[in-house]
Amino acid sequence: MIKEVYITETNCITPIGFDVASNIKNIRNAVSGIQLHDKPKLFNAPFYASIINDSDLDLAFAKVTSTENYSRLEKMMILALEPIIKKSKVLFNERTVFILSTTKGNVTALETENVGSAYLNQLAKTIAVFFGFKTEPIVVSNACVSGILAVSVAKRLIQAELYDNAFIVAGDEVSNFIVSGFNSFQAMSDLPCKPYSINRNGVTLGEATAAVLVSSNKEKAKIKIAGDSSINDANHISGPSRTGEGLYRSIQKALAEAKINANQIDYISAHGTATPFNDEMEAIALNRLGLENVPVNSLKGFYGHTLGASGLLETVISIQSALENKLFVSLGFDEIGVSQPITIIQKNEDATIQYFLKTASGFGGCNTAVVFEKVN
Amino acid sequence: MTADKKYIKSFCIIQNNQVWLNGEVVFETEPTVFSDFSKKTYQFLEMNYPKFFKMDNLSKLAFLGSELLLKTESNSLEENSTALVFANKSSSLDTDVKYQNSISDPENYYPSPAVFVYTLPNICLGEISIRHQLKSENSFFIFANYNPVFMEKYSNILLETEKADKVLCGWVEYYNEDYKAFLYLVDREGELEHNQEILKKLYNK
Repeated sequence: MIKEVYITETNCITPIGFDVASNIKNIRNAVSGIQLHDKPKLFNAPFYASIINDSDLDLAFAKVTSTENYSRLEKMMILALEPIIKKSKVLFNERTVFILSTTKGNVTALETENVGSAYLNQLAKTIAVFFGFKTEPIVVSNACVSGILAVSVAKRLIQAELYDNAFIVAGDEVSNFIVSGFNSFQAMSDLPCKPYSINRNGVTLGEATAAVLVSSNKEKAKIKIAGDSSINDANHISGPSRTGEGLYRSIQKALAEAKINANQIDYISAHGTATPFNDEMEAIALNRLGLENVPVNSLKGFYGHTLGASGLLETVISIQSALENKLFVSLGFDEIGVSQPITIIQKNEDATIQYFLKTASGFGGCNTAVVFEKVN
Repeated sequence: MTADKKYIKSFCIIQNNQVWLNGEVVFETEPTVFSDFSKKTYQFLEMNYPKFFKMDNLSKLAFLGSELLLKTESNSLEENSTALVFANKSSSLDTDVKYQNSISDPENYYPSPAVFVYTLPNICLGEISIRHQLKSENSFFIFANYNPVFMEKYSNILLETEKADKVLCGWVEYYNEDYKAFLYLVDREGELEHNQEILKKLYNK
C-alpha cells in the first residue's frame, strides 16, 4: 500500500496580499497585482509587472523579526513560511525536510559583484538557519516548473518514507536580470498579459513567494496529492514542443497514478504564460487528452509570471478554489486565441471540484503535471 | 514498491583535462582552458552535432558525460524512459555572471537571448533529452556539496515507482574554469551495486 500524501498548510506573499485569504478576496474582485512600473533600476523603460511594495514588505517583516540584513527575496520567503511553521507545530527533526524552489534566487547580488550571495544553496541555508531546520535543504531549480515540481519531489520523498513532513517555499523576484532577459527574447507583453487570448503578445513578469506543508498526516489535510509526473519534451531548449508531447505525457502519467480518467478532472490550473507558443501548445496537449471541456484558468493575469514561484503559488490558490468550490476567472482573457478549443473560465462561478490538475512548462523543455484530490 | 537491488551500469568522470570511463582514462589533453578541452573531447567522441558549440560550459560538460554513457544505450527509435537526475553547487552561476556583465554597463548593454537561456541549470537536461530523445522524468537539484545520499534515494524512488526504467544521475559542477562531472547510469541489472558508499568512492577517484 503506497502512502497517501497531503498538503496540510498553505500561504503566499504576493502584491495582492500577504496571506491566502487576502489573495482570494482580491481574486474574487478581479484585482490584479500587475501595474505599470517606471523603475530604471529594473528596466530602462516603463513596463508592466506584478511587484511587491518594499515598504509593505519591510513593515510585515519587522513584525516577524527585528533582525536585519536579509535580502528582499529572503524576507518574502521567511514571511511565507513563518505562519505555517508556527501553526503546524511540526517538530524539526530528521523526519522533517525543507525544500526550496527558485530559478534565480538572489541573482541581484551579482549587481554588486557579490557572487557568494548568489549561490542558491546559500539562500536555502539562510532560510533554514532562520527557522532551525535540522536536515540539509533540498533546492529544486528546474526553470518554470520548479514550484510544482517541488510538490512532486516532496510527495515522492514522503512516500518513500524518508520523511514525514516537507516544508516547501518557492520564490522568485523581479530583477533587472530577469526583465532584460525576457525582453531580449522579445517575450514581454506591452500590456498586462492576456493568457489564451487572440490579443496576447507575451508574458508579464511578477514576483511572489508561496509556502506549503506536505505531510503524511491526514489530520489537517486540505488536499491529497494523487498523482504526478514531469516529462521533458526532448524538442527545444527555449520553446515548447508544437504537439505538447511532454505536457501530454506528464498529464497522462499523473492521471494514471491518481487512477482516474481525464473526464473526472473538474478544473485545470494551467500555466498560461500568454506567449503565443506556450498557450497554443497547452491547448493542443489538453485536446489530445480530451480535456477541452474542463474549466481552465491561468492565474498569470493576477500575478504575472512568477517563475520558480508560479507553480506553487498557483497550487495554493487552486487548493482554495477546490475547497470553496469556486472557479476563478482567467483574468485578461477576452477572445479565444488558440487553434484548439479549450474552456476558459470567463467569470467566477460555483462548481463542485473533487479533482483538479495543476500544470506547468518551462525552458529546457520541462513539464510537470500534478493531480490533486479533495479529501472527504 | 519493490526494493530490489539496483546497479551502477556505467560511470564517468570529467575533470582536470581528463575523461574517465568506468575507472579508466579514455582521453586526456595537456592542461588547457575548458573551451579547448571540451572541443577536443567532442572530437574524440566523433560526434557530428554542431549545436554543441552553442551550449554554455555547464551544458557542454553534462552533455559530454551523457554522451559517454548513453552512446551505446539509447536507440531513438525505441521508447526510452531513462530519467535524468542532476545536481550541482553553482547552478548556472558561470553563465549568470557572463549575462550580468552584458547588462551592467548602460554604455555597453548587449543582453543576448542565446546567453540568457543558459542561465538555468536544467537547460543541460534539455540538451541531453534532445540529443538522446529522452521523453522522460527530469529534475535538477542544488546542494552545498556532492550529495550521494540524496541522489541514491531519489533515483531509487523513480525506479521503484516505475517512473523510469533507468536513471542517468549526474553531479555537474562548473564555475569559472573549475569543473567536475561525475555521471552514472543506474539500472536494475549490473555488477556494481548502487549505494552511497560506492558512489562516494567513485566520485573521489
